[in-house]
Amino acid sequence: MAETILALHGLRKSFGGLLVTDDVTLDVRQGEIHALIGPNGAGKTTLIHQVSGTLAPDAGRIRFLGEDITALSMPARARRGLARSFQITSVIPSFSALENAALAVQARQGSSFRFFRAASREAALNAEAIAALAEVGLDARAATPAAALSHGERRQLEIAIALAMRPRALLLDEPLAGTGPEEAERLIRLLSGLRARYAVLLVEHDMQAVFALADRISVLAQGRVIATGTPDDIRADPAVREAYLGEDEAA
Amino acid sequence: MSNPRLWLPLLVFAGLAAAPFLGLGQGHSLTLLARGMIFGLAAVSLMLLVGGAGLVSLGHAAMMGMGAYAVVVLDHAGMTEAWMVFPAGILAAALFALLTGAIAIRTSGVHFIMITLAFGQMAFFTTSSLALYGGDDGYTLFNRTEVFGARWLENRLVFHFVCLGLLVACWALVQVLLESRFGRVLRASRENETRARALGFSPYPYRLLAYVIAGAMGGLAGVLLANSAEFVAPAYLAWQRSGDLLFMVILGGLAGPHGALVGALAFVLVEEWLSHAMEHWRLVFGPLLILCVFFLRGGIVGLLRRG
Repeated sequence: MAETILALHGLRKSFGGLLVTDDVTLDVRQGEIHALIGPNGAGKTTLIHQVSGTLAPDAGRIRFLGEDITALSMPARARRGLARSFQITSVIPSFSALENAALAVQARQGSSFRFFRAASREAALNAEAIAALAEVGLDARAATPAAALSHGERRQLEIAIALAMRPRALLLDEPLAGTGPEEAERLIRLLSGLRARYAVLLVEHDMQAVFALADRISVLAQGRVIATGTPDDIRADPAVREAYLGEDEAA
Repeated sequence: MSNPRLWLPLLVFAGLAAAPFLGLGQGHSLTLLARGMIFGLAAVSLMLLVGGAGLVSLGHAAMMGMGAYAVVVLDHAGMTEAWMVFPAGILAAALFALLTGAIAIRTSGVHFIMITLAFGQMAFFTTSSLALYGGDDGYTLFNRTEVFGARWLENRLVFHFVCLGLLVACWALVQVLLESRFGRVLRASRENETRARALGFSPYPYRLLAYVIAGAMGGLAGVLLANSAEFVAPAYLAWQRSGDLLFMVILGGLAGPHGALVGALAFVLVEEWLSHAMEHWRLVFGPLLILCVFFLRGGIVGLLRRG
C-alpha cells in the first residue's frame, strides 16, 4: 500500500451545541485522490478548515508526513507542504497570474526578508511560476492581472498557485464550483493528471466529477464519516444511498 | 516614460531642485518648500504602511514627534551634532514604532486605527507633561543641528537641499521596498491575507518591520521639522497632525509613493495659500478636502492615468 501522507484521527469540532465534526478518521495516501462528499451542511468545509489550519479542532489529531501538525498554524502547515485551494476563489486580484504563482514559489524558496532587488525580475521565481501556469494551461495569460481573468481561469490559477508551492498534499475545496461544463471538463482532466504526484483530498459537489476522479470516497453526513471505500463500494452502500444519494433519486 | 510612478516624482524633484534659482530664493518660500518636503517625506513613509501594508495608522505624527523631541532632549543636554542628532531621532522613532507596533499589529482594521491613535495620544500627553522641555508651551531651539561644528543647516539653501536629498532617498527606498520580495509579501497580505497565509506567510513579522521602517523615516522627518521651525511643541504629535498625514496620502492617491509625495506638497501649499488669502480659510479648506475625496477616487495621481 502507498505511503500515508495525511491522516486525520478522531477529529471533533462543535460550534455551540452543534457537533459539526464528529469523530472523523480518514487518511490520504500518496498518489490517490480521496474525495469527501456529503449533503449540504454535512461539515465538509469545516473539516477542510481544520486540516488546513484555519480552525482548531476540539479533539483529535492530524498527522502529515508522519508528524503531528494539530497545533501548527496555517502558514506553518503550508510551509511543510500542505497546499489548499478555496471554495471561493482566493487569489491576489491586482497581481498578474505570473506574480500570483511567483509568490507561491517565493514562499518556499529562500527568504522573503529581501529588500532591494525587484522580485518581479527574479528569473528563478518566474521560471518556476511559468512552469506551474503551463501545467494548468494558463501560461499564455501570465501577464494578465488575476482580477481580469475569467472565473474558470481563476480556478485554474488557484490550482497553479497550489502546484507552485510544490506541495506533498493538496486540499481542494470544490475546485469546480461555479464553472461551466467545458471549463469543468478541462479542470477534471487537469486534476486527474495530478493524482500520480500528490496526495489529494478533494471536496466536490459535482458527483460526476467525483466518481470520475476519486480512487476512494468518504461520505460525510451530520459530521460523521458514514462510509469510506472505492466509488463502486460507495454506490452500493445502503447507508450512503439513504443519507445522500437517495435524496437525489427522490428529487 | 508612460509610468507616472517614476516620471512624476522626478519632475517634482527637478522642480524642487530648481526652485531656489527661479526667484523662490526668498526666505519664506524656501521655508514653505522645506515644510512641504518634510511632510512629503513623512507622507511617503506613511504610504509604505497604508498603501503597501494596508495598515491605516492614525498615529504617524507620534513618529515625527519622537524625532523632533530627540532633537530637543539632545539640545537641552548641549548636544547639537548631526551625527548624534539624526541617528538619535531615527532610532527613537524606530524603537517607539517597534514597541507600539508589536501590540498594534496584532489588531486590524478599525481596531488598528484606534490603537495607533491611542499610542499617538499617549505620546502627545507625555510630551505635554515634560516641564523640563517646555511642556505645553514647547521648546525653542536657539540653533539648528550642527555638522561637525559647522552651522551649515542655518543656511536656507543648504537646508533646502538636505531636505530634498533625504526626500529623494526615502522615496526611492519605499519604491524599492515595495517592489522587493518583502514588499510583495506586504502587498499580497494587504489584498488577501488568507491567501498569503495559505501560501505559508505569517504577515505579522513583515508588517511589524514595515511599521518600524516607516517609523524610522517619520523620525527623520521629525528631526528635519524641528530644525526647520527651530521650535518643537506637543502639537507636533497631536492626532490632527496624524490625520493630516493620512489625508495627504489619500489625497495624492494610493497607487504608489509618488501619490503621497504629490499629496503632501499639494496639501501644504494649498493650506498656506488659503490661510493667507482669507481669515476663515478652514471653512474652505475642509469642504475642499471632502470634495477631493468624493471626486478624486484615485487621488491626484489618479487624474494623470485618465488624462
